[in-house]
Amino acid sequence: MKKLVDVGKQMWAIFRRPAVHLSFGFLALGGFVAGVIFWGAFNTAMEFTNTEEFCVSCHEMRENVFEELKSTIHYSNRSGVRAICSDCHVPHNWTDKIARKMQASKEVWGKIFGTINTPEKFEAKRRELAEHEWARLKSNDSLECRNCHNFDSMDFTRQSQRAANMHSSALAAGEKTCIDCHKGIAHRLPDMTGVPGYEH
Amino acid sequence: MKTIKMMLAGGLVLAAVFALADPQVATLRGSSPLNQEGDTPPMPSVINKDLRQARAYPQQPPVVPHTIEGYQVDKNYNKCLSCHSRKTAEKSQAVAVSVTHYMNRDGEFLAEVTPARYFCTQCHVSQLDAEPLVENDFIDMDHLMKKDK
Repeated sequence: MKKLVDVGKQMWAIFRRPAVHLSFGFLALGGFVAGVIFWGAFNTAMEFTNTEEFCVSCHEMRENVFEELKSTIHYSNRSGVRAICSDCHVPHNWTDKIARKMQASKEVWGKIFGTINTPEKFEAKRRELAEHEWARLKSNDSLECRNCHNFDSMDFTRQSQRAANMHSSALAAGEKTCIDCHKGIAHRLPDMTGVPGYEH
Repeated sequence: MKTIKMMLAGGLVLAAVFALADPQVATLRGSSPLNQEGDTPPMPSVINKDLRQARAYPQQPPVVPHTIEGYQVDKNYNKCLSCHSRKTAEKSQAVAVSVTHYMNRDGEFLAEVTPARYFCTQCHVSQLDAEPLVENDFIDMDHLMKKDK
């Protein structure tokens, strides 16, 4: 223990001693440039993990959830606007994004230990995984939906009667948020026993 | 010799008849030649007016007057029943499924829709806004009765 403290003290002494050979300008500017490069690399790497290619590079995503997405309107539609995985599953706001990326370390764990590496295992976990996403979207008032679907820009007259009724009442009053009614729009639903609004 | 002549003449007449009667059989693929791809007609849209349509005969399963694209009906979940079940019909104001759907094949009533009736689109389908491809001369029972009078 004493040895460790000594090493620590030595390191601190080196750290606080002024530079002997390097100029202040070099250290200041060099530090700045190194910071820019580090920051750029960090963000580039993080953005890379937000791409569809990255998500579907694992067979767990490619053969289960990505296949399900393909038949939905968020993948293919008349106007060609398309949502990719991260549009819905990763917050756009930076701090929230970092928090989500740290959470994703659990997913790396799952990948390494193969928690959903067969269709059967995935099916067994479908409810649990879906519940995580429902909880996230419920708690942030369906933020990732609203990044594209703006309530103020909704023209009820161009919606079907049923849709207009729901959107102008429950959604407008803030009693309900998107995910309350629009579960399973991009992926297949799990066994919905006991999910409020989904009993029958 | 005479019989051969007769047969030849008969054969010629038959050939002429076949040649004149152009074998234009109406098919769904239209009149385009077999070695060419026909024109693809535009896909009609689904009628989405939410207005109930009459049944052509008493036992006809009512048609679905709205789109059901992407509706999940499987072991996990039945999207149709999220509005049309006995319990949810009040809130959604949709037509509740009839009581026969809760009866098993022995006529006993179950608490939930019987598995035999679970897959809605086996009988109930949405309608396309299109002209029928084949003419239908079905006559409604009521019209038939009126005719007799």
